[in-house]
Amino acid sequence: MEKFQTITSTYVPLPIENVDTDQIIPARFLKATTREGFGDNLFADWRYDKEGNPKLDFVLNNPVYSGEVLVAGKNFGSGSSREHAAWAIGGYGFKVVVSSFFADIFRNNALNNGILPVVVSEKFLGELFVSVDKNPKATVTVNLEEQTITNNGTGSAESFEINPYKKECLLKGLDDIDFLLSNKDKIEEYERNRAFAYE
Amino acid sequence: MKTLFDKIWDAHVVATVKDGPTQLYIDRHLCHEVTSPQAFAGIRARGLNVYRPKQTTLTADHNIPTMWQNKPIRDTVSRFQVETLAKNASDFGLTYYGLNNPKNGIVHVIGPENGYTQPGMTIVCGDSHTSTHGAFGAIAFGIGTSEVEMVLASQCILQTRPKTMRINFDGKLEENVSAKDMALYMISQLTTGGATGYFVEYAGEAVRNLSMEERMTLCNLSIEMGARGGLVAPDETTFNYIKGREFAPKGDKWEKAVAYWKTLKSDEGAAFDKEVTFDVAKIRPMITYGTNPGMGMPIDGTIPHLDDIGEAGKISFEKSLNYMGFTPGEKLEGKQIDYVFLGSCTNGRIEDFRVFTQYVKGKKKAGNVTAWLVPGSWQVRKQIEAEGLDKILEEAGFELRQPGCSACLAMNDDKVPAGKYAVSTSNRNFEGRQGPGARTILAGPLVAAAAAINGKITEP
Repeated sequence: MEKFQTITSTYVPLPIENVDTDQIIPARFLKATTREGFGDNLFADWRYDKEGNPKLDFVLNNPVYSGEVLVAGKNFGSGSSREHAAWAIGGYGFKVVVSSFFADIFRNNALNNGILPVVVSEKFLGELFVSVDKNPKATVTVNLEEQTITNNGTGSAESFEINPYKKECLLKGLDDIDFLLSNKDKIEEYERNRAFAYE
Repeated sequence: MKTLFDKIWDAHVVATVKDGPTQLYIDRHLCHEVTSPQAFAGIRARGLNVYRPKQTTLTADHNIPTMWQNKPIRDTVSRFQVETLAKNASDFGLTYYGLNNPKNGIVHVIGPENGYTQPGMTIVCGDSHTSTHGAFGAIAFGIGTSEVEMVLASQCILQTRPKTMRINFDGKLEENVSAKDMALYMISQLTTGGATGYFVEYAGEAVRNLSMEERMTLCNLSIEMGARGGLVAPDETTFNYIKGREFAPKGDKWEKAVAYWKTLKSDEGAAFDKEVTFDVAKIRPMITYGTNPGMGMPIDGTIPHLDDIGEAGKISFEKSLNYMGFTPGEKLEGKQIDYVFLGSCTNGRIEDFRVFTQYVKGKKKAGNVTAWLVPGSWQVRKQIEAEGLDKILEEAGFELRQPGCSACLAMNDDKVPAGKYAVSTSNRNFEGRQGPGARTILAGPLVAAAAAINGKITEP
């Protein structure tokens, strides 16, 4: 996994609530057996018409907006556990998703792929949408070390929560499997000592 | 004093990472073809074997056709994914219920019906509806593919301990009101993100009175309000269901297991982070009108007006109704529909087929309706045939298909065309879930049966 570094970037606004993982990557694109290529189909049904032509009213097809940060409405990533949603977001080039609320499984999947989900207040989120509406080249700065996000349009900043272990993983580019594999003796000890074992 | 959730969680803690998540031991791991290939590729790349191969079982369900399963899958990409699953099973020495295996079926149907799912277990699968297994008093939840890889590599997973919520369903259900209606009602009250961060215990008289299959339907939909999982304390209903099934403990081991399982309930006075109570007498047969499962209402209800929706939610609400072709304040009773889907891990079990069949018996399917009846497993299909339900369905103009996830997520050919309305017993009404442009109205099997016969949304 790549190490996560401080990002200052323009951002893409998606002020829709409850964006589920079926929208992020529709099920018919889940037939691959590798992690690559999902970025091309990120938000496929909002992004392309039936013939595969870009829908011009969708934000990813608007050349005015770009950047490594996606800013979305409340409850982002609900529904299916498909990690393909995180692969699609990462594959497209986003490194951070900002929302006022994330679904649990998506949040874990994002973190396991080096994508940082940043939870901000409703107020801060609303201001981000206003700033980018006024100036599409508005930027945000996301500093993981300090756990802060700054709306450079207004200068206002907020701190965000992240589990210290996960923060360390992102900053160092480590994944959970490395940790679990180093812990095998504890697993065997658990198996020997548990009160009730299933066959 | 501990909750049921605490007891099971605490019994599976291997270690706790300082300032971090818990390393949790996993008793049972289920895999299907869609969310596992990258995980197997991952452990191959690391030169690892599956750490505890007896604790992982594979089935093909998401991506398979529901007709002509004895022939090669026509879609070459789908076929390759299923073949990859079979190869992974054989390379790593894992049990695999492939197409045409009598134990094949939807992952959350076959676990319980084979006695593989038991109280007190931790169960994971790369599928959010793993919450279904919570009906047995297990901690069961969906995981991502990186986490599937963790379980394959170490039989453990790193998880932050969720908060606990108890949802009490008091009173007795009205006739014609099902577990699906309880769930859709609950989600409409709590919203689609209302239980995010929580693990739910379902309790109360109405839950105790549910059959195991009904409890599975209720627990299945926990994820649709954001909860990682939902569980029900095991009782005699649970033990009677498990006893004698293939992987259930036998003889002395059965006695020992039941003695342990009887301890699995929340202690009197145990504290939950949140507690909610519903009076089930208020619940009517439910349908959804929007594009998330929280947008539900009684079958004779009216869609909310724009004024009833908070400012931040207005764009999403309008987008949703626009997609569905509905207007604020509209009633849906009497609305013509095009498709009916009976099946999925939510409502694809024998009791669901009994309810549907009983309603359609002696009647005829409406000419304007295409109906897909997809059993959750081969064992469900065999039972349908053993009870003669297939004959009754045939006389009423219905055809039974072969098991799989089918139109619930439309990865195979069972896609609802753009703009068409489908009354579906599945779990998600998201945009495009049943095919690009498809419009899904979620409901229980009885409401689906009435829609199939009348060609429109009607009170059963």
